Amino acid sequence: MNAIEVDNLTKLFDDFTAVDHLDFEVKNGEIFGFLGPNGAGKTTTARMLTGIIKPSSGKVRIMGLDIRQDPIKAKQIMGVVPELSNAYTELTAWNNLQFMAELYGVPGKDARQRAEELLGKFDLYERKDHKVRTFSKGMKQKLILAMSLMNDPEILFLDEPTSGLDVISARLIKDMVLELNKEGKTIFLTTHYMEEANQLCSRVAIINHGKIAAIDAPEKLKMRIGGLEWVEVSFDMPVDASDFSDLSGVIDIRMSGDKLRLYTNEPGRTIYQLVDYSRSNDLEIVMLNTLTPTLEDVFIKLTEEME
Amino acid sequence: MIDQLKRACAIAKKDIRIYYLKGPVVIFGILFPVFLFLAFVIGRDLPVDFLIAGLLSMTIFFTSMSITPVIAPTETQTRNLERLAAAPVSITTVLMGDMLASVLFGTGISLVPIIVGMAIGVTVTHPFILAAGIVLAAFCFSAMGLIFSSAPTSMTSTVMMISTMVKFPLVFISGVFIPIRELPSWGQVLASASPLTYITDLCRYSFQGTNYYPIWMDIAALVIFLVIFMTAAVKLHEKSLPERL
Repeated sequence: MNAIEVDNLTKLFDDFTAVDHLDFEVKNGEIFGFLGPNGAGKTTTARMLTGIIKPSSGKVRIMGLDIRQDPIKAKQIMGVVPELSNAYTELTAWNNLQFMAELYGVPGKDARQRAEELLGKFDLYERKDHKVRTFSKGMKQKLILAMSLMNDPEILFLDEPTSGLDVISARLIKDMVLELNKEGKTIFLTTHYMEEANQLCSRVAIINHGKIAAIDAPEKLKMRIGGLEWVEVSFDMPVDASDFSDLSGVIDIRMSGDKLRLYTNEPGRTIYQLVDYSRSNDLEIVMLNTLTPTLEDVFIKLTEEME
Repeated sequence: MIDQLKRACAIAKKDIRIYYLKGPVVIFGILFPVFLFLAFVIGRDLPVDFLIAGLLSMTIFFTSMSITPVIAPTETQTRNLERLAAAPVSITTVLMGDMLASVLFGTGISLVPIIVGMAIGVTVTHPFILAAGIVLAAFCFSAMGLIFSSAPTSMTSTVMMISTMVKFPLVFISGVFIPIRELPSWGQVLASASPLTYITDLCRYSFQGTNYYPIWMDIAALVIFLVIFMTAAVKLHEKSLPERL
């Protein structure tokens, strides 16, 4: 059974179509990335999937449960970390966790045990009786993730979970996401960070203007824009970019600071030609790199194509 | 159903911990009715049991309506609303929770004028009617407060301003300071449209043994207002929730 099934999902805000007939599935046990530029419809989609807002048309099934017909049952098996959500800052970390347990109907003894476990895991146990207003952003985000796990959900929706966090807190959260996935939880991850999606997700969907531009495994998506490998080179003296326009295999040339970037579909041949060029012009190669497309390149290419 | 009720109680517990001592609640729920009452009674020669009954009804009215209008805009501003919306609770459950917190606050504070009245020699001749009336009115006014909090804003001051604009005229047309039978006929018609009128009448009956409407009518009117306010609040909150996220 698929964990999430989205069928013809559409959301209109007056005349504006925020989400336009989306169709996709998220398999049970996968980390599914949902990428898109600002205003693409990511958060609106996530809110419809989690039953926070109602779709204008289309269907969403969570573990086979229709989110519109069985919203309480469907929400019961989800954990949600909304993009701009906060914990209750006037309450302690412990009270926030207990409140979530009560909202999800977790029995008292289990709730206490789970809260202790999660506070330990997120390195917050020592601060459990402190009000959340005294917490740093990283600590708050860890607590929010812990709150979303109080009901031991089958599916976890994370909307920009590492946004604005320092490197250590972001890494801890990413490690937790991987660990939770290993435990069998399905993760729906909305993010701006391409590298995060590349590291964590087994499949990603790229959304722009409310429509899905592509949906596949990150490496497969990178292969789709094959031919866009490039060689980055820097010489000890300034060079004229036009000198390289006749090199075979080179599609495009861009200068970036003291570096020259040659887009090529024959990177090996291009390297030989660059070495020949340096010898014949008595130049020294300071730096030479071959680069393959990143998920960010795929993202930019696909979103540009849709513009 | 029972599950949702338990979850409403969890929401009420959270509200009690967070909102009871918030500035707008103390100012609009406690200080405001006290000063309004003092402004009207000082220098006027009125029977004590009449004044205590009026003070009590006004206290229930103001205190029960001071919590619910604060919660939704505050939680919109502090970004807690989306978390509640994602939880397995209906909007009715969330509003029930807010209402319960408000009812407990309203009934708790309304004990103060009763105790003050008893300390200065006023007797409660119909305590059960009074208790039922206080609880029912607290529910009714809390639900009324929920209507104001459905405004799609994160500004508590905006909601409090709107609710004050409604609360003040109601105090003057509901027999709190002037008995309904002494009002002109158009005033009596207006009074019948105010829920505050019926709890004031119940308080007068409980303290003085005099009433303008039959007791069953007072209770029925409060129940009808409660149903209308709660239904309207649920509909309005359902509509405004997406705008507040």
